[in-house]
Amino acid sequence: MSDATLSSAPALDLEAGRAGRRHLISRIVIYGLLTFFGIIYLMPLWVVFFNSFRPLAEISANGLIAFPQTFRLDAWPQAWSEFCIGGQCAGMQRYFWNSIMMVVPATIISTAMGAITGYVLSKWKFRGSEIIFGMMLLGVFMPGQIALLPWAFILGKIGLANSVYGLVLVHCIQGLAFTTLFCRNYFVGIPDDLVKAARIDGAGFWRIFYRIILPISPPILIVTVIWQFTGIWNEYLFGVVLNSGANQPITAALVALSMSGTTVRTYDVMSAAVLIGALPPLLVYFFGGKYFVRGLTQGAIK
Amino acid sequence: MSSAGYAAMAGGNSFWEKLKSWTPIFVIAPAVVASFVYVFVFSGWTMYISLSDSTLLPTYGFKGLENYASLWANRRWGVAYSNLFFFSGIFVLTTMAVGLLLALLLDQKIRAESFWRTMYMYPLAVSFIVTGTVWQWLYNPTGGIQFLVQSMGWTDFEFALTTDRKNAIWAIIITGIWQSAGFTMALFLAGLRSVDGDIIKAASIDGASTFRIYRKVILPSITPIFLAVAVVQLQSAIKTFDLAVALTNSGPGISTTFPATYVYDLMFQRGQIGEGAAAAMMILAALAVVLVPYSMYLGWRRRREVARV
Repeated sequence: MSDATLSSAPALDLEAGRAGRRHLISRIVIYGLLTFFGIIYLMPLWVVFFNSFRPLAEISANGLIAFPQTFRLDAWPQAWSEFCIGGQCAGMQRYFWNSIMMVVPATIISTAMGAITGYVLSKWKFRGSEIIFGMMLLGVFMPGQIALLPWAFILGKIGLANSVYGLVLVHCIQGLAFTTLFCRNYFVGIPDDLVKAARIDGAGFWRIFYRIILPISPPILIVTVIWQFTGIWNEYLFGVVLNSGANQPITAALVALSMSGTTVRTYDVMSAAVLIGALPPLLVYFFGGKYFVRGLTQGAIK
Repeated sequence: MSSAGYAAMAGGNSFWEKLKSWTPIFVIAPAVVASFVYVFVFSGWTMYISLSDSTLLPTYGFKGLENYASLWANRRWGVAYSNLFFFSGIFVLTTMAVGLLLALLLDQKIRAESFWRTMYMYPLAVSFIVTGTVWQWLYNPTGGIQFLVQSMGWTDFEFALTTDRKNAIWAIIITGIWQSAGFTMALFLAGLRSVDGDIIKAASIDGASTFRIYRKVILPSITPIFLAVAVVQLQSAIKTFDLAVALTNSGPGISTTFPATYVYDLMFQRGQIGEGAAAAMMILAALAVVLVPYSMYLGWRRRREVARV
């Protein structure tokens, strides 16, 4: 009897110890799994990063997935300005600038149009405005393949075939559904009373937009700009179908590069080229990650 | 209140005031017209071409459903849509499973959560083209994963997906999952974090284990998110194009043809625009099959919620 009462304290200890051990084991499992996935996730980045600094001979000897033994920068200038793609030996720079020339105006224009359209569809509703919004939303789901022939025809008619400006136009209109969706859903959350009060004070359409809406919109504008920038930079289908040769964006150039049927694959230079193509959106992601993720989740859930 | 109503309130009967009241409509007109053209005119146009006798260039002689008939009789289209079914099923289920697992792991009050999250989500920032190119190297038997494992001593190890007709689709599946599991993770994590903390607290005071709380309280309350994630993933699977081009270019042979890559092939490699347009319409139809019931369900749920309140 007395035994039982005496041993109750150690038993409690034992139980606490067991719980502690269980906690420790679960922590080990959790961090173990996180690390396992982490390795799988980082491996491709690691491969492409290190291989851009390894000499080709070393890559062929030790394989693509290996620690670098020598370190050299040669591949980068080669990838930037000398590498041959489709018979032209001027590197990635041409295509990089094509993509910049395409992505900057298209992002700015589609975001501005989306902001204003979203402003009207949330704060200046009129009969039918909900139907218009619903129709614009359909654009989110349209597969690019449906638009290929019409775009090719239209760009040919207005003299923008095989031109970076043609792609700017395509992406402005393609993106309109997303930018309008983002901005409209954000502006709906702004109290109508704020707008009403300004109207009573005599403020007009544009004044309310500049003085009330825009000053509280930076979060959604950043989300929209990041979404458009990464989406347009990474787009491939229109770039490869509507443009050719020296006018293609960088994604199309990367595909041409990895399909060019040379006997020896210059993995070192190709790694640098791939990184050049991936760097702008990666930088945007690392510096604006919070907004990037917000765009992703909002774009998905609607 | 309508904008016209405001003009009346301001007492503006002059032409100028009336014009001003139409400002919002003028302002969005270009965007609305462009969207209308994009959504309706473009798809109508492509539909018309799919019914026409177009080959190398669009022509407008009516041919009825012949393009659809020859598309469905084509062996390559058969490969494309059976690939799509196989890929979609595994891709959607696995990205959801991996994404949910990662979200649950991240939800365990771990250290440096944003570090882990950043790591799993960076592939979402880069293009399928970049991802596909790099993974194609990893699948390369003479330099990639197979080479690595063999050089570590397991000399019989075989992992040459992209050069093997039967298994090449797995290369696209694995890479697709790698690229987008971070996305499903983000959606699930947002869902887990949106569950009312008081319910969880009440359950844990009642002595429920963490596992039980997840199974009985948290996961059931985020079922709408499962459906949303499934729909988003399915519609992106239907559009699969870039990844198949960068990884295998529909090969070896025609083994990794997808509907979207076949559209490209028909339209721009074989000069069969009519049949290509028919294939594009089939992609649109597949999207509609997924999205129309889903949006009807969303509408039904919204109405039910309104009725309940």
